[in-house]
Amino acid sequence: MKKIKKIKIKINGKIKSINQDSTLSLVLKNLKIPLNKVAIELNEEIIDKKKINKIKLNKNDKIEIVHFIGGG
Amino acid sequence: MDNLKKDSLIIANKKFNSRLIVGTGKYKSMSECAKAIKLSGTEIVTVAVRRVNISDKNKPLLMDYIDPKKITYLPNTAGCFNSKEALRTLRLAREIGGWKLVKLEVLGDKKNLFPDMIETLKSTEVLAKEGFKVMVYCNDDPLMAKRLENSGADAIMPLAAPIGSGLGIQNKINIQIIRKQTKLPLIIDAGLGQASDATIAMELGCDGVLVNTAIAKAKKPFEMALAFKNAVIAGRQSYKSGRIDKILMGNPSSPSKGII
Repeated sequence: MKKIKKIKIKINGKIKSINQDSTLSLVLKNLKIPLNKVAIELNEEIIDKKKINKIKLNKNDKIEIVHFIGGG
Repeated sequence: MDNLKKDSLIIANKKFNSRLIVGTGKYKSMSECAKAIKLSGTEIVTVAVRRVNISDKNKPLLMDYIDPKKITYLPNTAGCFNSKEALRTLRLAREIGGWKLVKLEVLGDKKNLFPDMIETLKSTEVLAKEGFKVMVYCNDDPLMAKRLENSGADAIMPLAAPIGSGLGIQNKINIQIIRKQTKLPLIIDAGLGQASDATIAMELGCDGVLVNTAIAKAKKPFEMALAFKNAVIAGRQSYKSGRIDKILMGNPSSPSKGII
């Protein structure tokens, strides 16, 4: 059986190892991210949440997931 | 009283009955924050945009405590020190759920937290062009306030005093000058310490006030939330009622005619 290759990406500043060819959608699903309450950036570009299942992640990609918290 | 009931605050064509905006930071817990918000009667709360904690998925979310369908979330750029950071933050905020009404706050100094007005002005222009409705935190400078207005701001939000200082309105004259020159909603943002500060702001003719620390850090936040609610109503009522002229000497309240 062919071994699945892993790649390293950064999510909210933390390094994560994911399967090569993972979609952004799958990674967010595994992290249990509530999509209706967040915004997502991939390499400093805002991602349309409707298109995340079409986006394949590459080595060293940087993802930022943000939400609203208490603030003045 | 009927007159006051119809006295809504209108920001970017949206109508609000409460003239008090409350910040959601610095509370001991989410539930304390939610209760204070409820007691304050506010219809707008400011919120910050921050990274999701991906290692602790059970951390409570603000949206679970304060329903954005019932209370307008006003995403804020607190913590941004230049236009680039502020624009990035607000574009992300819009993406979370279509928020177009935002509060721009670009700070210039880490100690006094005064706004960097050059970066603020630049950001206002860009945001207005991108279709945002921008409420702008600014210094109490009438000339800058005018420039913000000309750049497409939807509300002018001068500070009373440094953020979180609790010093109250330091420059009433400037606030009055800004009031005279603008028809935009004028909202005092930052620096209030107690309920009477809010009354003074409203009596100067401001359209509303934004309070966070004075409620969140009061010994009794719930009572203070209520006090601010009442103070804003009192101040607005007082302003609309037309105060008497100030005179130097006494003027007796009882008629002199018929004195025995």
